[in-house]
Amino acid sequence: MKWFKKDVKEKMPGQSEAVTRGLLIFADTGSVMQAEQILKEESYDIKVVSPPAKYRSGCDLCVEFPLVEEPGIARLLKQIGLPPIDVLPVSKNGLEPLRLCRTKDFGNYLMVRSANMKITIDKKTKRIVNISGGGCPDVPYLACQMVGRVLAESPEPVMIGFSLCAYSLNTAREEMLKIAGGEDASSGRPHTH
Amino acid sequence: MLLLVGPIPIRDLPFSLGHVEFTGEGFRVDSQLLDVNRGTAAMMSAAYSICQEFGLESPMGAVAGDIGTRAGSVKIYDYLANNLELEDVSVLTLHYIMPDIARNKNFLKELNALDKRPILIADAGAMYVAKAGGDAGYYDVFTPDLGEMAFLADERAVHPTYTRGFISDLEDDVPELVRRAFASNNAARTLFVKGKVDYICQDGKILETIDQPNIEALEPIGGTGDMITGMISGLIYAGKSPVEACRIAGRVNRKAGELSQPTPATQVKDIIKFIPAALKEVLG
Repeated sequence: MKWFKKDVKEKMPGQSEAVTRGLLIFADTGSVMQAEQILKEESYDIKVVSPPAKYRSGCDLCVEFPLVEEPGIARLLKQIGLPPIDVLPVSKNGLEPLRLCRTKDFGNYLMVRSANMKITIDKKTKRIVNISGGGCPDVPYLACQMVGRVLAESPEPVMIGFSLCAYSLNTAREEMLKIAGGEDASSGRPHTH
Repeated sequence: MLLLVGPIPIRDLPFSLGHVEFTGEGFRVDSQLLDVNRGTAAMMSAAYSICQEFGLESPMGAVAGDIGTRAGSVKIYDYLANNLELEDVSVLTLHYIMPDIARNKNFLKELNALDKRPILIADAGAMYVAKAGGDAGYYDVFTPDLGEMAFLADERAVHPTYTRGFISDLEDDVPELVRRAFASNNAARTLFVKGKVDYICQDGKILETIDQPNIEALEPIGGTGDMITGMISGLIYAGKSPVEACRIAGRVNRKAGELSQPTPATQVKDIIKFIPAALKEVLG
């Protein structure tokens, strides 16, 4: 908790609004995605947003969380070995990842797109037949791991990927699971949007 | 020299530099035998095909293993920043690299210090980092799809995942996206916008659209965009202007798709093999 309270006192220049939310900054996007999954499972009111400019490399996320929940969040992240590298107070919401999905029906196949990522399944077999779009180097890796697998049994991109493209592909996969009529058998947890 | 650069999704693959060669099993860079698949591999394969058809020297490839951990991307950024002056590069294409604004700016600084600057083409992560860093103006050609075009048009987004909803909703209005991207200096001089209708743009003006043959099944196939980027690279290396290269590549891509009789389950390597036949048809 020490790390956190020190930062709360350091208000940003010109900041006058009430500080009710904080940002958890992690070393890499993969850690953010894991932390998001775990904190959501624990029902924390969190969301992933774009980090402040000084932490940006071009493919980044951080976790926005309610300040009042700090003790429990800090303890949980420490227990699971995902401590943030920094914590900042914020007074207004940052840019949020696009979670809008578009679907396209190709007859025997169905495609879902989220941001720049597309996933396509064979409607009959529910197997993933293609993954396209994206630009980060884990996209071809994710395609290798997921194409040919049954959708519900395919790995979750946020668990094996590292980038914002993996995050968008995860959103598309979740939407496809909802549309294709099956709960995610691999995780057993509800999908949130 | 045509230099093609990008990570390969193999953990711990060392940095390799060498002419791209094809074998019956895949393609080779230096001593590394790699599968022809989406991403950098598809881009290199398509560029190689074009070079073969024009009787040109095989492209040089610079690859390193990266599954998203940045390890291979860092090696590639460092290679570009430290070794470019040693190579006689006339066309340089960067692809699925993990965005790293600081490292990319370092590379661009070295590039601009060269006596003769190569034509610079970027797609995928290399295009994202160029835009996120405010450096799009250094590039000659970008090849975005519609989602990426919306990203270029959103002056606040640092990655396509952060494109704001009201701009994402403009995807059916490509001219407006192009206008916004150029107005905010977030576009390369030449754009090839990939979609149901392809748009070829230069200096903010839409010069041409391509919509035939319309092969719906190409959209879900991973790697077809990479294939276009590779063909544009090869065609510019063959002496075509960026706009002419886009005109030819857009048509060859659609023709190769048609010849492959694809379904949404087709893999890109089964389309790339039709590039020579498609090129012959397009060039008459």
